[in-house]
Amino acid sequence: MIPRHLVIASAVMLVAVFALGIYAGRMRGRVTQSPPARDARPVAPPVSGPTESVTLYVANDEPGALRAQAANIPLPSARQQRAEEVLRALLEVYLSKNSTHPLAPGADIRAVYLVTPGIAVIDLNSAFANGHRSGVLEEELTVTSLIQTLAANIPDILRVKILVDGKERETLAGHADLSGFYDVGAVKQLASQLQNPQ
Amino acid sequence: MLSLNQVVPQRTWKPVYSFATLFLVCLAAILPAGSADEKRIAVYSTSATYSVTVVDRNGREYTGLFEILEPLGTVTSRTDGLHWKVRYNDADAEFTAGKNRAKLRGRDLDLPGDFLLESGRGLVPVASLNAMLPKILAVPVAFNEVSHRLFIGNVATHFTAQLSRTNPQRLVMNFTAPVNPTIATEPGRLRMVFNREPVVAPGSPTLTFDDKVIPSATYSENNGTAEIVISGSVPLMASFSNEGHTITIAAAPQQNAPLPPQANQPGTSAGSVNPPSGTAAPTAAPSGPRHFYAVLDASHGGDDPGAALAPQLAEKDVTLALARRLRQELESRGITTLVLRDSDSNLTLDQRAIFTNTAHPVVYISLHAASAGRGVRLYTALLPAAGENNGPFVAWDTAQARFLPTSQAAAQGVAAELQKKQIQVRTLAAPLRPLNNVSAAAVAVEITPPGTDVLELNLPAYQQNVATGVANGLVAVRDKLGVPQ
Repeated sequence: MIPRHLVIASAVMLVAVFALGIYAGRMRGRVTQSPPARDARPVAPPVSGPTESVTLYVANDEPGALRAQAANIPLPSARQQRAEEVLRALLEVYLSKNSTHPLAPGADIRAVYLVTPGIAVIDLNSAFANGHRSGVLEEELTVTSLIQTLAANIPDILRVKILVDGKERETLAGHADLSGFYDVGAVKQLASQLQNPQ
Repeated sequence: MLSLNQVVPQRTWKPVYSFATLFLVCLAAILPAGSADEKRIAVYSTSATYSVTVVDRNGREYTGLFEILEPLGTVTSRTDGLHWKVRYNDADAEFTAGKNRAKLRGRDLDLPGDFLLESGRGLVPVASLNAMLPKILAVPVAFNEVSHRLFIGNVATHFTAQLSRTNPQRLVMNFTAPVNPTIATEPGRLRMVFNREPVVAPGSPTLTFDDKVIPSATYSENNGTAEIVISGSVPLMASFSNEGHTITIAAAPQQNAPLPPQANQPGTSAGSVNPPSGTAAPTAAPSGPRHFYAVLDASHGGDDPGAALAPQLAEKDVTLALARRLRQELESRGITTLVLRDSDSNLTLDQRAIFTNTAHPVVYISLHAASAGRGVRLYTALLPAAGENNGPFVAWDTAQARFLPTSQAAAQGVAAELQKKQIQVRTLAAPLRPLNNVSAAAVAVEITPPGTDVLELNLPAYQQNVATGVANGLVAVRDKLGVPQ
């Protein structure tokens, strides 16, 4: 004969195990159902270095214009990392709450490659391109803003190629051509056109 | 990760580049040849269009039965020693490797060759499909053993071809279903290849039209494709309309390409017509009196809707409507006009440029629409970093370079006329293909709403106003485009 207190203890433990099982199952369901929270962690280590003044060419959709805007950001000494940080500072402006030229959430610069003599390759992530608004002027402002900001702060860049996720892409969002190399001189002229909307 | 080899300067890596390029060219030459030689059966059904491969065994053509049935319904198969059973929906079929007798829905069927079992894959003689498939599928099946085209159910697309005695004369081909063939122009003929459409032969494979410009058309089938070749005594062009049901073949207008100021330099010619991957050849512009001929390009179309201007308003629809209005306006001013996309069809950027360059127009107008801004924006090409011209061959990416001053003059003329109509105008350069590939004056017109409501883009009166302004502008600068008054 099993003592009564052992039967009661076993029953209580079984109920507890059963209840915990249901609870764990529900928690797992909640985790899978809840949308993934945006990962706000930095993808690169914090930049160290003295703060320097840079010029960002910021697009403004309302008049369809570019505006030169000064910013102070910490810049590393290595040229390639400087290029990446300058463009990330530009993206920070676009991803801010009151952006004049909003980009898609998660838009980022994966890397900037500088290859002598005078070639820069900007590698955007897919969120940047896939979420970009479609339109000749909207896309042109983005491309011009990126290239002009890079060329204004990193000397001796003559040609720029834009990739998306490390691959060639025909257009940014249906209009701006990404298939070839941009001539920085021609983009500079376009930037000055865009700084003076008629 | 990006390979730095892709962007290193040519001076340092030239030998590597040369070798790599040579290797890739050889590879590119070999691969398509191999795939073109591969035998296949095109299968057309109401639920899917696909192709299956054909293999040669014992001097006979075989194909996989499972591969044919799989896209059509629920299919399972089981191998038991030399026996192979396949079940399609509620129909069973049994085969034995090395035997030429099969059992379909419980009834015997003699095959023209032995059934083969290779790694669990059941191969049946291609010649057996006409007898076998109706029993398994329980629907009418027509299989052309010579051309490898299999029609399941009533799916055939028929066509008629009629010569329209208008001026200029046109061959109008009407299809019973939308078609989107690959079109190639060759000296003396225009070739349309139907890879996915179940187009079937007309009454006679050769159609004659008693016409000097378009004397005949020939229909043929081979290796899963249908082909219509239209012979012509002059270069021909095709245009689509009626939602892809109609293809109109007409003579490409014969006139000079517009001559920019630099065009008189010795050693230069009309230049680039095809992209690097095409059958690149420098094509001299036809000589003769200049004629005002415009190509209109309604951007996007088909699978590419362009910008979503509003929940129910896609850029491709606005550009098509505007192209049709602009064509009317231009033709009413005596300007011959070709609309590249006159239906909701797919056209790549390269195709748009090829068709335009082949037509040698005086001016090319690309039409776009956007929701942001006011009025009209006019764009000329922002050329990419200079390509290398090689003798008479002009770099595809910068084919527009010699025509840029003419393009800018055209844009200024159009801007002036639009401003007269109180339409806000802005003129810019833009990295917008195929402007840079066009060897003629080329301008992109982007319309934006006249007011705050984006749906105003679709207002007929607004579109008509813009179309009238653009047409007036082109007429106003006809002398700058090289067209005599």
